[in-house]
Amino acid sequence: METSGLNTILQFAFWVTVALTVAGAAIAVFPRNILYNVLGLALALTGIAGFYLFLGSLFVALMQLLIYVGAICIAIVFAIMLSRPLHISAPPRPPVKMWLSILASAVFFVGVVSVALKTKWQCAAGHVYKASQWSVENIGNALLTRYELVFEVISLVLLVAIIGAVITAGYSRRISS
Amino acid sequence: MNSLSTYLIISALLFSLGLLGILQRRNLIGMLISVELLLNAANLNFMAYNRFLAPDPVVGQVITLFVMGLAAAEAAIGLSIILALYRKMHSINIEAAQKMKG
Repeated sequence: METSGLNTILQFAFWVTVALTVAGAAIAVFPRNILYNVLGLALALTGIAGFYLFLGSLFVALMQLLIYVGAICIAIVFAIMLSRPLHISAPPRPPVKMWLSILASAVFFVGVVSVALKTKWQCAAGHVYKASQWSVENIGNALLTRYELVFEVISLVLLVAIIGAVITAGYSRRISS
Repeated sequence: MNSLSTYLIISALLFSLGLLGILQRRNLIGMLISVELLLNAANLNFMAYNRFLAPDPVVGQVITLFVMGLAAAEAAIGLSIILALYRKMHSINIEAAQKMKG
């Protein structure tokens, strides 16, 4: 009895998360005001962090909150602040292009969903779901043994990206003039 | 707790919303936001497959972390390019950036 009540609450929370994520994604795409887009993106990313919790990985959910919601959204807000003033209205979109893009993404959605529903997904041979296997300790072990090269290369990529961003944003005036 | 196809449908929905955003926005920052949505939909797929199908439970999470790192690099570079473009063109509409068209 107790567990079934808990299950009902969990299901309810799951669908609330689904609604929040989809609403956030819609807000991120449709309004014309770019600031609403960023807030919708933050909402959708938080919802996806909730999905990671439902999938059983607390660490990845925290990383999602930290990196995406905490860092990338703030960076986008700064870029908005430094670029175009918000009160200048953009020219309206041509309706033909809008309908074509809606058609393209609808075709994509129907195709992917029908493939996902038609396939009979089979578990890999050694698949066992144990919550202990999803611990931070295992992720750390994998990062520093099997995936160490990728880990180092990604830190190099981040370093190069930071230097490149500083040069592109900071010195572009000096280089171009 | 929920089945694999629920997660697949959610991430397909997120991905097509992001695709719609990329195709119809002309504001560069709006397109960058849509790219973030696409990356997150792919991440959600990785995590769902990892939870329900994969033999090794670590692989999907590690790949998700790598994608997050690359997305951070991509956002930094993209935003700085947008800033440089705004200084040159005084607009972040992509249809204004046509200098190489000849």
